[in-house]
Amino acid sequence: MKRIFATLIAVVIALPAWAEIEIEEVTSPGGITAWLVEDHSIPFTALELRFRGGTSLDELGKRGAIYLMSGLIEEGAGDMDARTYARELESLAASFRYNASDDSVSISAQFLTENRDEVIDLLRTTIHEPRFDEDAVERVKAQILSGLRSDQTDPNDIAGRNFAQMAYGDHPYATEGKGTIESVSALNRDDVVTAYDNVFAKDRLYVGAVGDITPDELGALLDTLLVDLPEAGKPIPGRADVDIPGGVSVVEFETPQSVALFGHAGIDRDDPDFFAAFVLNHILGGGGFESRLMQEVREKRGLTYGVATYLVPKDLASVYLGSVSSANDRIAEAVEVIRDEWARAATEGVTQKELDDAKTYLTGAYPLRFDGNGPIAGIMVGMQMENLPIDYIATRNDKVSAVTLDEVNRVASELLDPEGLHFTVVGKPEGLETTN
Amino acid sequence: MVRALALSAALFAATPLLAKEGHEAVTTFTLDNGMDVVVIEDHRAPVVQHMVWYRAGSADEPVGSSGVAHFLEHLLFKGTDTLAPGEFSATVAANGGNDNAFTSYDYTAYFQRVAADRLELMMRMEADRMRNIRLSEEDILTERDVILEERNQRTENSPRALFGEQMSAAQYLNHRYGVPIIGWKHEMETLDMEDALSFYQTHYAPNNAILVVTGDVEPDEVKTLAEQYYGVIPANLDLPERVRSQEPPQSAERRLTFKDARVSQPYVQRSYLAPERDAGAQEKAAALFLLAELLGGSTTSFLNEKLQFEQQKVVYTGAFYRGVSLDDTTFDLLVVPAQGVSLQEAEEAMDQAVADFIAEGVNEEDLDRIKMQLRAAQTYARDNVDGIGNRYGRALTSGLTVEDVQAWPDILQAVTGDEIIAAAREVLQPEASVTGWLMRDDEVTQ
Repeated sequence: MKRIFATLIAVVIALPAWAEIEIEEVTSPGGITAWLVEDHSIPFTALELRFRGGTSLDELGKRGAIYLMSGLIEEGAGDMDARTYARELESLAASFRYNASDDSVSISAQFLTENRDEVIDLLRTTIHEPRFDEDAVERVKAQILSGLRSDQTDPNDIAGRNFAQMAYGDHPYATEGKGTIESVSALNRDDVVTAYDNVFAKDRLYVGAVGDITPDELGALLDTLLVDLPEAGKPIPGRADVDIPGGVSVVEFETPQSVALFGHAGIDRDDPDFFAAFVLNHILGGGGFESRLMQEVREKRGLTYGVATYLVPKDLASVYLGSVSSANDRIAEAVEVIRDEWARAATEGVTQKELDDAKTYLTGAYPLRFDGNGPIAGIMVGMQMENLPIDYIATRNDKVSAVTLDEVNRVASELLDPEGLHFTVVGKPEGLETTN
Repeated sequence: MVRALALSAALFAATPLLAKEGHEAVTTFTLDNGMDVVVIEDHRAPVVQHMVWYRAGSADEPVGSSGVAHFLEHLLFKGTDTLAPGEFSATVAANGGNDNAFTSYDYTAYFQRVAADRLELMMRMEADRMRNIRLSEEDILTERDVILEERNQRTENSPRALFGEQMSAAQYLNHRYGVPIIGWKHEMETLDMEDALSFYQTHYAPNNAILVVTGDVEPDEVKTLAEQYYGVIPANLDLPERVRSQEPPQSAERRLTFKDARVSQPYVQRSYLAPERDAGAQEKAAALFLLAELLGGSTTSFLNEKLQFEQQKVVYTGAFYRGVSLDDTTFDLLVVPAQGVSLQEAEEAMDQAVADFIAEGVNEEDLDRIKMQLRAAQTYARDNVDGIGNRYGRALTSGLTVEDVQAWPDILQAVTGDEIIAAAREVLQPEASVTGWLMRDDEVTQ
């Protein structure tokens, strides 16, 4: 992490010196590219590998296969069964974590310098020779099914499922990557192998590394781990048609507090107006206690413990979402206040002071994200997947600062659609009914 | 796979582990008015975390006003003589920082993460609200609605959380740990200005607080600022001793079934009353910590091997021990049965496995592997000085000293297999246990 800060801060104290994270692009002899922040102060390295596509690459009728596969990667590899493998990994005191989301499958590794070569050998075996033993497939399936059963009666999960189904039509985004009880129950080892073949390939790979490793060492490591992967995986699906009708849908569920998920179409990460929308969202519902929604719904009226909004620019669709929860007899008022605030921001815009405060916060808080080797490795991979330049961190605050009041208010009037806002409410809400 | 183990992994990561001497730049001192200060340096980024921990949590509340410690935590974000309601957080945000607070049984803590050159401003505001809050009736009524909605969100909407409350209430016959941190709903509804201010005036004072500063700071600079802002606040000479009613010997095994229509994955939980880490005497706690690791801390743990891999009766096992606690804590076991396996069968398999573990003794290879991971964790921990700061804050509000925190890694390394078995025999006693079944509404008990 940021070893040059200490010297810079003394020289240019008023500037965002902390944004000067020094990222180096490393290309291995075998042609694998990675972004590296070299920092030798703690003898370990965080390595982030991400494969674009994620659970959206599931075959038709095989929903949940990629999620299942990502849970099975660590259940035995090479000549090691699951238990032998787990002992081996534990004895090296390394950690490999796997995550399968809508847009990517990631492997987050952390390992000490003292036994790095052994760890990388194990990770290579893990990636290239997973066993997917039948008994492991059944065991992990049972774990996932247990989780899916819990999700069935979780109001937040119910809201998320209903909202996605409404928003994304027949696109993979419309259903959960974890799959359903029916789809997961039907998966077998062949489906897992297909999922593996669909996901892991060089044409969709992004790599970040942070810590106690030199560019040459990283280059060799990349070739050991990754150069033998296939060139191409399954083609990534096309964009989703986002269709969110304005209104309310109530999902009846016996619970004291209603949970509402709300939103409408959003804005892409590479849209020229993205930064204006980003600042707008902070003012409206994105930023802690100071946002308009927190002030109006929580601080003034005590209607909720938390209300927040998020720009969600995914690879294949962009939505603007928010969530709130209130007791069944108070949720209708919370919904009304949120819709009113949406309308007020759309028609009246924000004030110069709100804009200035948002910029101060957003630019000041940016460096707080870079708080460890693992988080920095993850951020660097995200930057690559979004096609951001390698010097982006140094210029990002300028982009926030450049947003003008006219821009943010124009974007507010274009993006915010109070009538088009849909609320999916799970609970026994009083005074709310499903519309249209 | 690790997903199902997220809970145990989180607990594992949160357990105290320290780097070797010299690796972790920790400086501690005490101000003249009795306020303890811990400074942990990390100069890699010009960021600082400023925290104040009070030795006052929900277990210090008066009878009948459960939830007041947490309610007061919310109210500290309202005004003081010099800050308007909400201005505290707004000022932190205007300086590009984040702030929040949290309450537990034994402590309440407030923190800000911000650029290192804003430390003085944070101290000025935090010192201000240590003694000078000003509340209106409207603040009280609105914020009481907020904490009730927080309880709705965390607890009333979650059968697992409601079940957990019942488990604790059954475990503690006489100690305040049997009451939820957020409070019982019927008592929260009656909390008023007087309850909040009384708790505030009793417990919020420099001689009952610990300042923890982590990040890009020099200890001398922290000391100068701390003396300027916190050092001038007079100690509360009437600070009450933290005396809570203690547990009597427990002599009756307790069982409960919690049924809720919203449960779709039943499970069995068992808790045992267990000793906590005590100042100067952490050996038994260290043995219990390793017992939890060996029984249910990872994929290769004993319960997991027996119940998931061999017998295939469960989809998840876990063992948990929360050693940092002012008074008696609990040692917990959890098993989630596989489809078609009854709770009775899962519980019997769990008990049999624990008995087998005690009879067989500790596998030295397993113990060595865990100790190796604990040593490595000290290296990884240095990447997160805020985490190290939290560790000191929790320990110092729970009756431990700086020396205890620093001795803990070596104490863990010195624990033997025999000591672990002895601790297991002593603590895993049915008479001091609660067994709970979380069930679907329509499920038949037998």
